[in-house]
Amino acid sequence: MKLTVWTYEGPPHVGAMRVATAMKGLHYVLHAPQGDTYADLLFTMIERRNHRPPVSYTTFQARDLGEDTANLFKTSLHDAFDRFKPQAMIVGSSCTAELIQDDPEGMAATMDLGIPVIPLELPSYQRKENFGSDETFYQIVKAIARPIERTAHVSANLIGPVGLGFRHRDDIVEVTALLEEMGISVNVVAPMGAAPADIARMGAAHFNVLMYPEHAETAARWMEKNLGQPFTKTVPIGVGATRDFIAEVAGIAGVQPKADDARLRMPWYSQSVDSTYLTGKRVFLFGDATHVKAMARVARDEMGFEVVGLGCYNREFAREIRKLAKEFGVEALISDDYLEVEKAIEDLAPEMILGTQMERHIGKRLGIPCAVISAPVHVQDFPARYSPQMGWEGANVIFDTLVHPLVMGLEEHLLHMFREDFEFHDDAGASHHGGAAKARTVEAEPEADQEAAAVGAPAEGEIVWLSPAEKELKKIPFFVRGKAKRNTEKFALEKGVHEISVETLYEAKAHYAR
Amino acid sequence: MTGFTPAPPAAGCRNAPVLKERGQREVFCGLTGIIWLHRKMQDAFFLVVGSRTCAHLLQSAAGVMIFAEPRFGTAILEEKDLAGLADANAELDREVDRLLARRPDIKQLFLVGSCPSEVIKLDLHRAAERLTERHAPHVRVMNYSGSGIETTFTEGEDACLATMVPTLPKTDERQLLMVGALPDVVEDQALSLLAEMGVAPVRCLPAHRAAEAPGVGANTVVALTQPFLNETAAGLERRGARILPAPFPFGEEGTTAWLWAVAQEFGVSPETFAKVTDAPRARARKAIAAAAETLGGKSIFFFPDSQLEIPLARFLTRECGMTAVEVGAPFINKQIVGPDLDLLAEGPVIAEGQDVDLQLDRCRAARPDLTVCGLGLANPLESEGMTTKWAIELVFTPVHFYEQAGDLAGLFARPLRRRAILAGLEGAA
Repeated sequence: MKLTVWTYEGPPHVGAMRVATAMKGLHYVLHAPQGDTYADLLFTMIERRNHRPPVSYTTFQARDLGEDTANLFKTSLHDAFDRFKPQAMIVGSSCTAELIQDDPEGMAATMDLGIPVIPLELPSYQRKENFGSDETFYQIVKAIARPIERTAHVSANLIGPVGLGFRHRDDIVEVTALLEEMGISVNVVAPMGAAPADIARMGAAHFNVLMYPEHAETAARWMEKNLGQPFTKTVPIGVGATRDFIAEVAGIAGVQPKADDARLRMPWYSQSVDSTYLTGKRVFLFGDATHVKAMARVARDEMGFEVVGLGCYNREFAREIRKLAKEFGVEALISDDYLEVEKAIEDLAPEMILGTQMERHIGKRLGIPCAVISAPVHVQDFPARYSPQMGWEGANVIFDTLVHPLVMGLEEHLLHMFREDFEFHDDAGASHHGGAAKARTVEAEPEADQEAAAVGAPAEGEIVWLSPAEKELKKIPFFVRGKAKRNTEKFALEKGVHEISVETLYEAKAHYAR
Repeated sequence: MTGFTPAPPAAGCRNAPVLKERGQREVFCGLTGIIWLHRKMQDAFFLVVGSRTCAHLLQSAAGVMIFAEPRFGTAILEEKDLAGLADANAELDREVDRLLARRPDIKQLFLVGSCPSEVIKLDLHRAAERLTERHAPHVRVMNYSGSGIETTFTEGEDACLATMVPTLPKTDERQLLMVGALPDVVEDQALSLLAEMGVAPVRCLPAHRAAEAPGVGANTVVALTQPFLNETAAGLERRGARILPAPFPFGEEGTTAWLWAVAQEFGVSPETFAKVTDAPRARARKAIAAAAETLGGKSIFFFPDSQLEIPLARFLTRECGMTAVEVGAPFINKQIVGPDLDLLAEGPVIAEGQDVDLQLDRCRAARPDLTVCGLGLANPLESEGMTTKWAIELVFTPVHFYEQAGDLAGLFARPLRRRAILAGLEGAA
């Protein structure tokens, strides 16, 4: 048993729903009690979908439990088949149905509906949402895709985009354009927009573009082995990664690595002097492994930030993220416990977080700006405008996304110079973000006895800030104060100093100057 | 009680046939009530014993996540908890110990049962007794089920309040007990109206804090403020209390009828009643009239959601000039919504339970001007050109009593007004 307040991932059957809802002509019969239908509104509200997810819930109740829940499942399957006339169905259990062991997968196998009925085994008490989407897509591909003749012209499948994905809708457009520039056409995009009949055509592509390993890596490996299709390993998020992706695709497809990057503004925006203030900004990254991996590179090599910590919530990718962290000289945080993530951020005191909606709230609490780079998503992550993460336009979008939460260049300097100003002060936050300005509260002088207490002998290994040093620390603008505090304490510890004076503070500043 | 509203219909819907359906339901389970209950009871914590699905539901239903350290959480069952119940109990005790150590401000802890905990027969009642002993006198641990196999949406609040009833102290005092978790602003308005009429003492269930819990006994008269409190009402009757039958306090008519039932019980004179209610009644009528301009002559179709459907249909048909096509409710207890059914003119289909696909067929065939439904159905229906009012807003907004009557009507008028404003805006959904 584990106490959870907020979760990064839902149960695995929600992952299956993300695949089913993205597809067309597929129906999911889910053995589940009433209430599990809440998941429908994730799609109709967060993503503003104009159709109900193609899911029938058996809706068993307590009084059914002693009787015939199995029959209820069979009826639901038949009704859904008659009403929705799907090309294929997937069937499975939610967490409660898993406990009553009706074996819907087995039952479905005995019912001959004349269409593929694909059983899903998604262990709810062991695995989570991303496993559910990856496994579901893999089972669908395995059941339906077969080796067929390749297209005469070189073509690729784009695999991985699903419902409730972070900017998947727009990434498809961007990657399609990248391929077209090299003369490669798109055979099938799946799961998003694909019908089971399209899955059957997947074998015609020459290779697969694995856009989101979280949702399609198992399927990619299966197709590599059984359909002879290699798949791309580079996820084209960021300028460097997009160039690497083009080179990788050219190698696989045997074409020229052509790229028309006339629309790409990101490098110049980053090089222009206005961006100098971004140099060395300390950032913490957290999200799904794919986005964190790509954004760490963008943060360091394309924005000039300093990555002070990174991690992911999907354990399946722990090894990769640990490797990445080692490369960046930081420690990886692999956790789905949001309190643990909050603690890590608090300890590291970064100047910005690149995270999910969860980190956005953590940032709000700690007063640290946050840019969202990964699922889990919120209605805000489905903007009306074109807003990809991948390719050239993706790089442009990312630049804007990472700059927007920060206090901008000159404003930062003015805060340094006139931090005592009553309306243009630390706690007022970035001026372009609106919100009611808070007037500066003048702090009372510390009581004499408190000062005395601070000067009292500290315990072994404990560091004490002397009152003047503490006051001086407060004069440092909020967005670098965390770093200054941390560096000074680290410096003091290294020097064996137990009491931090104003002098220690500035000695540390000189020590860490860059 | 002077009549401003139409006379009661010749034949109401109390004895109308009820269409009972059994199929896929598009509703929340009872866990959802935690979203408002945990804000209402300020020293209570709700610990769901369930699965990752339960945690995900609460997070999604909350819509905007309440990151200010919510007073609820989920103890997620894992593989090893399913293997042996003895271990599951030990794990639960450990998690509760940890939680209470971290939150010393918690005085009431609700162990909330879920579908998985019910199916594996984890005895949360015994667990609550065991934990109450362990943490007495500081914390009282109670339990109820919010599971989807037993409760629909607002039945979670009913189950929560019902489990509190046996723990309330006994009192022989003559008192009015107002039952239902109302928004603070609404509760204060009701209390002030009652005080002006001289009705006293008035107590509330649930109270803001454990220490303010009301007593109950043979001289307690209960006024329900929500139509879904069936088990709570039954529990209070078992403690000797008497339930006042009345329409629910939605709209001017409902509020007046509800207050009048209380006034009669407590011997308030018609003059006093008029003196206290005339002004707010006039205000309410004026506010409703503004929205009724939009709503008048329009038809409405209710998908089952919160059990508020019947009193709301009564309000919208009698005070806003709407016609009800179908009024679906997850559960209908005629003892409690009888007075509202009496006032609802014969005609609409009264439906209990749900088979969502069949009900969608009926709704599409009827093409009502306004459809009240859950969030899973609202956007899909809108994209078909139907105007919808999403139902859970009715539970998350102050809508009771006079000063909110206009707001309540406005909630239904807004989608119609919006569709009219955007009539010239074209583009695929």
